[in-house]
Amino acid sequence: MALLEIKDLCVYYGVIQALKGISFEVNEGEVIALIGANGAGKTTTLHTLTGILPAKSGSIQFNGVELTKTPAHKIVRMGIAHVPEGRRIFQNLTVLDNLKLGAFTRKDKDGIAADLSKIYERFPRLEERKTQIAGTLSGGEQQMLAMGRALMSKPRIIVMDEPSMGLSPIFVSEIFDIIESIRKDGMTVLLVEQNAKKALAIADRAYVLETGKITLSGKASDLLNDEKVRKAYLGE
Amino acid sequence: MKKKLNPQTRKSFITYGLLMIVFIAVEILLSTGSISSMMQGLLVPICVYSILAVSLNLTVGILGELSLGQAGFMCVGAYASAIFSNLVKESITQPMIRFTLAILVGGVVAALFGIIIGIPVLRLRGDYLAIVTLAFGEIIKNVFAALYIGYDSAGLHISLKSQGDLGLKPDGKMIINGALGISGTPNDSTFEIAFVILFISVIIIYNFVHSRTGRAVMSIRDNRIAAESVGLNITKYKLITFALTAFLAGVAGTLYSHNFYSLQASKFDYNLSILILVFVVLGGIGNIRGSIIAAAVLTLLPELLRSINNYRMLFYAVILIVMMICTSNETIRSFFIRNFEKLKGLIFKKKSDGAAVKEAE
Repeated sequence: MALLEIKDLCVYYGVIQALKGISFEVNEGEVIALIGANGAGKTTTLHTLTGILPAKSGSIQFNGVELTKTPAHKIVRMGIAHVPEGRRIFQNLTVLDNLKLGAFTRKDKDGIAADLSKIYERFPRLEERKTQIAGTLSGGEQQMLAMGRALMSKPRIIVMDEPSMGLSPIFVSEIFDIIESIRKDGMTVLLVEQNAKKALAIADRAYVLETGKITLSGKASDLLNDEKVRKAYLGE
Repeated sequence: MKKKLNPQTRKSFITYGLLMIVFIAVEILLSTGSISSMMQGLLVPICVYSILAVSLNLTVGILGELSLGQAGFMCVGAYASAIFSNLVKESITQPMIRFTLAILVGGVVAALFGIIIGIPVLRLRGDYLAIVTLAFGEIIKNVFAALYIGYDSAGLHISLKSQGDLGLKPDGKMIINGALGISGTPNDSTFEIAFVILFISVIIIYNFVHSRTGRAVMSIRDNRIAAESVGLNITKYKLITFALTAFLAGVAGTLYSHNFYSLQASKFDYNLSILILVFVVLGGIGNIRGSIIAAAVLTLLPELLRSINNYRMLFYAVILIVMMICTSNETIRSFFIRNFEKLKGLIFKKKSDGAAVKEAE
């Protein structure tokens, strides 16, 4: 059974239907990319998954548990970490406070301390700046902080929303390197990206979302060579 | 010298130290009789307003929501505790025990109101929350002003019409007499008690802000979606903060109602809520020490300006505007901060050492 299984998911904003019955699955240890243009419903999918938006119909099963009726704060406890779009960090708190808040759902002090040093190892910049107010970090560093914060909850799957958005090319590459290394540690990743080329390069499988529907799916390497995908998303 | 204090702890200890110094100074002045009776009468209200301001700062500064219901919670606490004290004043004659219980009653009843009001209201944000809490304060004030409660051998009588409507027997006693309010409350508030309560409130707030819960609340203020994404139950933490604010407002109300012989609901109008908000904004949103300073200065000011009688409120307004400009204008502010830092280097160095030593003990 897949770790995360989404079936016929429909989501509405008022009368407007944003998701028109999408289905996909994520297996343990996989990196799945969800690509698509603006307004395709990528962020909506993630927000429904993490409980921020309610689903109209359909089901989301995580490890066999239904999520569509579970409140957001309980979903995190079940092992789904969310890196929200646009680097939503806690601007007025220190870097360390941000990371500590990531572990809010955990009670094991030793485990938290161990994970904190692991995160400092992965993001040395964050350790250098741990007492700094998070709002004063650069865009790329804020994205790292958001990722580090999500990892602090010791998730089984990490869900990332446009991690490369608005970053300089150097930072974009760095962020993707980090995702690669997270995956090497055996973490399951659901990645939503507009940067289809980079996303397909590191993903195992991918789904293409178009105006609320999944129009294409398959192995990431196949999609990378797909005529339609090349034309629509890779600009070739 | 023991281990280095982190900046937050240092800040709170400076505040504790300053409060202690002010307290000792006032006590010395009181014992030498150099404070006029007018000023003496203001000492308890200053503490009351300071508690109200620091507790409102929790909701406005730490939670980041605008609440204008502070006078309402204060009113609930004042009435609940005054009723309690009037009922037990024959059976409990020890004022310390009676007043401690009254403070708890005032605080807990206000906190309960905070929770009841908070559950529906905290779903609102920004201006809407301000409007609804403002309405709450006005409703509370008007309900208490229209309430007649008395008791006699037949039990409790409640009416919304008039005293006569209660039909009390000759042995009956009035508890709340409509717009005339409650009278006969024992005068248990003293400056010393009020100060101790203020001190405890400040300790509670500093510890709350620097706790896990406080961090969670500040993260909601900073970014609601991110807070949800790390697994915070937003409603729960908002409600905790709101209830704590209400609790402290209720405690302040208790101090207030036990400072006067009679208590009228008309005192708790929206002007009071706005005044407390002014203390918070002038003292700096989220700045606990600033709230106390602003509350003290703005309570003393009208009395200090009494000598110029007719122009008193004019000066009050001018000073308010000047203070507002000085605290918000970047150029003026940086000028003050620069000079203040120099001063700080001279004076505060010793004091923070003193605070550190105190903690080490």
